[in-house]
Amino acid sequence: MATLLEPEVMRPPEPPGFRTWIRKNLFNNWINSLLTIVLVVFICWGIYSLLRWIFTIADWEPVLEYPILYLVGQYPREFLWRVGLVISIYSILIGMSWRKWSGIMGVLGLTFAGFILVLGLWPASIPILTTANRALILANLGIIGVGYFIGGSKKITPRLLLPAWLLSLVVSLLLLYGTPFLGALDIVTTNLWGGLLVTLLLAIGGITISFPFGVMLALGRRSSLPIIRVICTVFIETIRGVPLISILFLFSLILPLFLPTGIRVDRLIRALVGMTIFSAAYTAENVRGGLAAVPYGQTEAAKALGHSNFQITALIVLPQALRAVIPPIVGQFISLFKDTTLASGVAVLELLSVGRSILNSDPQYIGLQMEVYGFIALVFWILSYMMSHASRNLESSLGVGER
Amino acid sequence: MTELMDDQKPIIIARDVHKWFGDFHALKGITMDVQKGEVVVIFGPSGSGKSTFIRTINRLEEHQQGQIIVDGIELSHDVRNIEKIRMDTGMVFQQFNLFPHLSVLDNITLAPIWVRKWKRPEAEEIGMQLLERVGIPEQAQKYPGQLSGGQQQRVAIARALAMQPKIMLFDEPTSALDPEMIKEVLDVMIELAQSGMTMVVVTHEMGFARGVADRMYFFDGGLIVESGSPEEIFNNPQEDRTKLFLSQILKH
Repeated sequence: MATLLEPEVMRPPEPPGFRTWIRKNLFNNWINSLLTIVLVVFICWGIYSLLRWIFTIADWEPVLEYPILYLVGQYPREFLWRVGLVISIYSILIGMSWRKWSGIMGVLGLTFAGFILVLGLWPASIPILTTANRALILANLGIIGVGYFIGGSKKITPRLLLPAWLLSLVVSLLLLYGTPFLGALDIVTTNLWGGLLVTLLLAIGGITISFPFGVMLALGRRSSLPIIRVICTVFIETIRGVPLISILFLFSLILPLFLPTGIRVDRLIRALVGMTIFSAAYTAENVRGGLAAVPYGQTEAAKALGHSNFQITALIVLPQALRAVIPPIVGQFISLFKDTTLASGVAVLELLSVGRSILNSDPQYIGLQMEVYGFIALVFWILSYMMSHASRNLESSLGVGER
Repeated sequence: MTELMDDQKPIIIARDVHKWFGDFHALKGITMDVQKGEVVVIFGPSGSGKSTFIRTINRLEEHQQGQIIVDGIELSHDVRNIEKIRMDTGMVFQQFNLFPHLSVLDNITLAPIWVRKWKRPEAEEIGMQLLERVGIPEQAQKYPGQLSGGQQQRVAIARALAMQPKIMLFDEPTSALDPEMIKEVLDVMIELAQSGMTMVVVTHEMGFARGVADRMYFFDGGLIVESGSPEEIFNNPQEDRTKLFLSQILKH
């Protein structure tokens, strides 16, 4: 029996090695070779000048001398232990969550540990950063470890951790603000709060409140009741048509004029409310896009099974819609986080305005804007990048784009 | 007393049902009785109103004139009536419409837990029994997107059965399937028909109709053109339109 000659199929060649790739793509003719050399020289020179500026020319005194100001503003130094306690609460929570939800919380955990390390080993001698205090700060690394260890226990369930996170927000606010009840902590009014503390407070407060608010607005805009639909639409479109800074002005300067005398709403709260409703309107539009992306067949199938309208929204449509809009929602939250700097325009002492007031505090800091603003930009970049990285983890863990 | 009377009455009564989509008159007076345990097949060209009619039975479409009574309850604007009827009426769609964010087992147990208020372990036990019945218990923890079309449709049947319905509605259940998967779905439906389930099936699977249907209805232009037993329809169709349509779909 004659065997058919099978045509020999050649295996495709290996992808070219690094050297071949460079020769083929960067040095294939004299123009490309020239461009490559010029660009490499330019990039090296840029990196060299940046490093030289950072290590020899720049004067980091306005950054290095005031870590506590950048961190908490004018928060009374005798009550700083409360801030320390809050850091410890989050150390243990983050440690436990790191073990439970590795991906997202791993990013947060690493950032938080890095923050503790930088603060504990702050490269300048500050009166308040005594060896004992530095040891206490660094001890939080151990607390994260303890949390990570405890998190392995079966008793620590996500069902327990989620309320714990919400509770931690309330507890840390009470700790920072003080309370006449229980241990009777002295009140520290918010005009003494500042720096990263206020930035994070505005961002975290804005995000956690605006998210459910935005979801409700999005659902309201699709409501079958005309009154609700009109109210939500008008609200969303009005807020989206106005710049954030003018909303902040509205809430901090104009609103008090209309309130009855004697009623004074805290400046920080006013800014927070402004940020929240601004963010809620944008969140609502993002969520609405997600709701529209869920096929109507899903609703029909749920109806056919006898689910109520509320169940259809809560169990079937909303979970799918929210998964679909994680990227734009996180983008929205990142811009909310950066927009907290606008609160400096209404006399809220967030991170950027602390930097500005340090620059203005001493004539010898004139001309050191690069150092201060560069440092602040770095802090914002680290936290924003952490958020977008966490969002990518969240997307893949929820299987977005799987189908 | 009422139980006894219900047993003798048809479980689905449709009287002169009309439906308009804007100016388009989709159903022009459909009258049909379905007895308990009957298997009814509805067929006809696309746009004939067959899907629209089956969807009025659980009020996914609202009829504007006429009367539909399901299991003794008249379909009206009363939301409680509609929810009651939907609990007792399972539906299987052409596009499966499984919930992609839930596992196969959760797809099946969702409605029993939330609508019928069963305990989760109970619902899961029954869910697993149903997955055995449709032949894919090993897929319980997968997500719909990981299954083939035929498997998804079998999950959809199990999901509808989990509510322990008295009536099952099938809206072209095999039309979106690759040819080699049609049989596995039809086998499940045949088993269901033989178990005594009342079924209303919109389909062009004439082998299925010949095998298990008690009555067949030919729809065209929003009207019932002809009805009868499979034998009457296949061997001795009366209307020209029925003959033409049958010759078109039976040719290949």
